[in-house]
Amino acid sequence: MISFQHVTKIYPRNTIAVDDVCFDVEEKEFVSVVGKSGAGKTTLLKLLLAEEKPTQGEIFFQGKSINEIKPGNLPEFRREIGAVFQDYKLLPSKTTHENVAYALEVIGASDQEIARDVPKVLEIVGLTEKANNFPEELSGGEKQRAAIARALIHRPEVILADEPTGNLDPYHSLGIIRLLLKIQEMGTTLILATHNREIINSLGKRVVTLEDGRVIRDERRGRFIL
Amino acid sequence: MFTSLKRVIRSGWQGFFRDGGLSIATVFILLLTITLATSLFLFHGLSHLLISSVEEKADISLYFKEEALENDIFEFREELARISEVKEVKYISQEKALADFTEKHKDNPVLMASLAEVGRNPFLASLNIIASEPGQYQAITDFLETSDFTALIEKVDYYQRRSVIERIFSLTSTINRSFIFLSIILSLVAILVTFNTIRLAIYNSREEIKIQRLVGAGSWFIRGPFLVQGVLAGILAALICLLTFSLIIWSLSPRVETFFTDLDISQFFVTNLWQIILIQFVTGILLGVISSFLATRRYLKI
Repeated sequence: MISFQHVTKIYPRNTIAVDDVCFDVEEKEFVSVVGKSGAGKTTLLKLLLAEEKPTQGEIFFQGKSINEIKPGNLPEFRREIGAVFQDYKLLPSKTTHENVAYALEVIGASDQEIARDVPKVLEIVGLTEKANNFPEELSGGEKQRAAIARALIHRPEVILADEPTGNLDPYHSLGIIRLLLKIQEMGTTLILATHNREIINSLGKRVVTLEDGRVIRDERRGRFIL
Repeated sequence: MFTSLKRVIRSGWQGFFRDGGLSIATVFILLLTITLATSLFLFHGLSHLLISSVEEKADISLYFKEEALENDIFEFREELARISEVKEVKYISQEKALADFTEKHKDNPVLMASLAEVGRNPFLASLNIIASEPGQYQAITDFLETSDFTALIEKVDYYQRRSVIERIFSLTSTINRSFIFLSIILSLVAILVTFNTIRLAIYNSREEIKIQRLVGAGSWFIRGPFLVQGVLAGILAALICLLTFSLIIWSLSPRVETFFTDLDISQFFVTNLWQIILIQFVTGILLGVISSFLATRRYLKI
């Protein structure tokens, strides 16, 4: 489904963020990308979301090269991906309900669909009571659950989660990971970037380990070893 | 399409009221610019009105010697009327001049007593000449100097008022030139200030625009609400400006009229109301929309 082929990303001043990375992700797979801070995890996800362009190599999504997507077609491509970020990236001027509904609005869903689906998803992530609250009125865990709700509401093919537990305590972290696992079990491909050892070791799923931008390990049932 | 438009308008409307502080700042800056545009329009219109009223008062009066025959004066009048620069020539007989004077000063016993003391009609017959254009009086006076009828003329009033008239004309053309220059400079400053204020307001939303982009929103879906906010700010600023100007004109009009009797500013305001409304709304909305469009463009390149 997703294929990284000899992908290199070099930032100005010759800073190599990702160096000749090659790996594939199958449909409905749960892949964790692990590494220390600065190992290139976030850059890898940014490249997949076409937020950055690779300096060398190609990334394929469902057989199509992301590099060749024209700027005008980027919104359409991104609607096939749900993204969860460490800093939540919720729209501060919109309520929880409006934030989640926004992902449906951009794909042109009808008002009826929005009225039907948003409360359901908010219920799944346990935010029914906070539907009319603005992001600044939510706790870290609630913000992340709202971000997950927004990422999955339009049923994307794949969800990218970049350090989703980075700002959360262990209790809330566990809740978020359980939620992501549930989403993957329902049939969504999931790529999780993290440096949380306990979480990776408890998952028992595929782990791709990065160091200095290079893939140093790719195991089917991996553990956090650095 | 219609659903997207509805969502864009709703989002812009919500954003305008939720970002209250920024919206007020934008409206205030737009208000200053619209006020400037309206002031320039009013100043231009009113100064023209004032200038033309002064220009209308400029004329040449030819006073004829007492022995001049009325038929010769009529002949001279016809000759003058044939000159292209002359708009109108009016004959005022000795009797008419006396009657006008008596009518005008009938309540002034000193003047009336002096007139009675003279014992005869002291007024001279005259021709009053008005030129088609203010700058054409010189050409008319040149003609008078070469005419066969010059011998009949006792005095030409234009020569006595010449310096004043020429000063008025030079002043009005200077005012017009300065006005155009000032308008261009002030308009540029106002546009730049407005653009920068809106750019700063949108700069605050750059992270939000980035998020919308990453969620898969198209350029117009992101930009649309900002344009709607620009339109709302423009409309609100134009309304406030219209109301303020109406109140100012209404309260100042009687006072201005005591200084310049020919200048009815409230009449001018009412006559040009649609044009003023158009200037205010077009300035406000266009500035709001164009500034929002340009300011969002740079953050949509993700």
